[in-house]
Amino acid sequence: MEKKWKMQAKGLNFYYGNFQALYDIELGFRERDVTALIGPSGCGKSTFLRCLNRMNDLIPISRVEGEVLLDDKNIYAPSVDVVRIRRRIGMVFQKPNPFPKTIFENVAYGLRVNGVRDKNIIAGQVEKSLRQAALWEEVKDRLHESALGMSGGQQQRLCIARALAVEPEVLLMDEPASALDPLATQKIEELIHELKRFYSIIIVTHNMQQAARVSDTTAFFYMGRIIEVGETDTIFTNPKNRQTEEYITGRFG
Amino acid sequence: MKDSSEESLSGENGRITGIFDKGAGLNVRRRIQTLWFTLFRGAALVNGFALGLILFFMLSRGWQAISWEFLTQPPRDSMTAGGILPCIIGTLGLALGAIAVALPIGVASAVYLNEYASSGKITRIIRLGISNLAGVPSVVFGLFGLAFFCIILGMGVSLAAGALTLGAMTLPVIIGATEEALKSVPDTYREASLGLGATRWQTIWRVVLPSALPGILTGAILGISRAAGETAPIMFTAAVFFTPKIPSSIMDEVMALPYHIYVLATAGTSIEQTRPLQYGTALVLIALVLGMNLVAIIYRSKLRKKMR
Ligand SMILES: Nc1ncnc2c1ncn2[C@@H]1O[C@H](COP(=O)(O)OP(=O)(O)O)[C@@H](O)[C@H]1O
Ligand SMILES: [Mg+2]
Repeated sequence: MEKKWKMQAKGLNFYYGNFQALYDIELGFRERDVTALIGPSGCGKSTFLRCLNRMNDLIPISRVEGEVLLDDKNIYAPSVDVVRIRRRIGMVFQKPNPFPKTIFENVAYGLRVNGVRDKNIIAGQVEKSLRQAALWEEVKDRLHESALGMSGGQQQRLCIARALAVEPEVLLMDEPASALDPLATQKIEELIHELKRFYSIIIVTHNMQQAARVSDTTAFFYMGRIIEVGETDTIFTNPKNRQTEEYITGRFG
Repeated sequence: MKDSSEESLSGENGRITGIFDKGAGLNVRRRIQTLWFTLFRGAALVNGFALGLILFFMLSRGWQAISWEFLTQPPRDSMTAGGILPCIIGTLGLALGAIAVALPIGVASAVYLNEYASSGKITRIIRLGISNLAGVPSVVFGLFGLAFFCIILGMGVSLAAGALTLGAMTLPVIIGATEEALKSVPDTYREASLGLGATRWQTIWRVVLPSALPGILTGAILGISRAAGETAPIMFTAAVFFTPKIPSSIMDEVMALPYHIYVLATAGTSIEQTRPLQYGTALVLIALVLGMNLVAIIYRSKLRKKMR
């Protein structure tokens, strides 16, 4: 049976002031699927990702046209509360960005701001999220130490745990391993494999092998447009478009 | 084969052309560097020298005046003897009052300007107002305080009126320091917080302000300690020539260290005779200001460590 669409971008145009960064994006993301967004620097991958949880709302000069559906509801509809949307769509950034708080408080943060008060529930959810992020064993004895003392790879997994703690349905990851060493990168990739059992994951990556390893679907962006999208195996072995082929074989970009 | 490879490395058309051996030698570049660094070090030293000189003068001329009595008694004999306790308490009260007024208002304004307001016409006007406020001479603040707080609001010459005047004068400093501190909070913190479903207010309250706090507090205390040494803003609004009494309410008039120095040095009948008292009072004022700055610096480094 075909998995159903978790999110869909429909006729999405995006502008930074007068500069159009995205053109007519049509792209769907299936439930419990990993979609990789690839393409040369500046082609609009991050911009697109940030449209999916309305993070671009923060940029005053920006403007969006079109729709982004989450479970068939447009997240840009005027009646939608952006705060609720962002809880349902987690985000992991390129550079690990833990808060200057303890490990525990980092993970508990999302619970607290979303109104969870019960100490036992919070402690339980923190442990569960850290386990899901494959970090529990490493940090269980120093939960109340500052998160900034962790290694980069640990910090990034902490950021993933922090995102998971608020029980999102979709996970957006913008080059989550690009600032990490190969071993830490491998851990993140293994984690993505685990997490796709529960979440729809959309990952931007510059690393072709990584895209091939972790994703089910791949979309190739170029100059603000989607050039080709399809099953990852097909895209990497038998791309239809010449630009896609040139990009994945490293001849440009 | 070996020959040809060596040839291609050096010589006219080779990789090594020798152009780097022709310019100014490394020794010359080093000497230029040393010269400039020495000049710059000299400039930096002037600062330390100035502070040292001030401290030296105050200490050498004022230390005889410092005694237990000087610090714990009110003045007597038409202020030619006795202590300066009312002045110390007055200045501390004015500084605390000013911070209580200016810190919340200043921080709130800066948060509004930096985190909420879109950069439109109104915020530009507000910013212009703030930067101009910073340029208003302190004596003008004094007259404003007299007209507005003392007369229009009916506070009379009082601790409250003086604290409000000093607070108003310090506002631009606190707003500036807070905005700097807010700007130094990485945007990735804000994005991480919002991405978890926090509101903008929660993000400011739980992430941005705690990160900015060390910078805000240091800026605030530096601003206040500067203001606490000013004479002009309080001479019409809070400070009196002489009162032996320790203020018991914020509506009381007070003595204050800077004004006391001013009075002894200009208005007394025995200016020369009270010189040691003047320097002693100045010494106490400087100690108070440096003490406040020290507290700010220690507090900041503690907060910073806690966040590491
Ligand atoms: N905040 C911004 N303001 C203006 N232009 C931006 C902003 N962020 C990105 N851009 C521009 O939008 C285009 C797409 O950028 P981005 O989405 O970051 O690309 P990618 O993530 O694929 O490298 C680039 O041309 C970039 O310069
Ligand atoms: Mg990017």
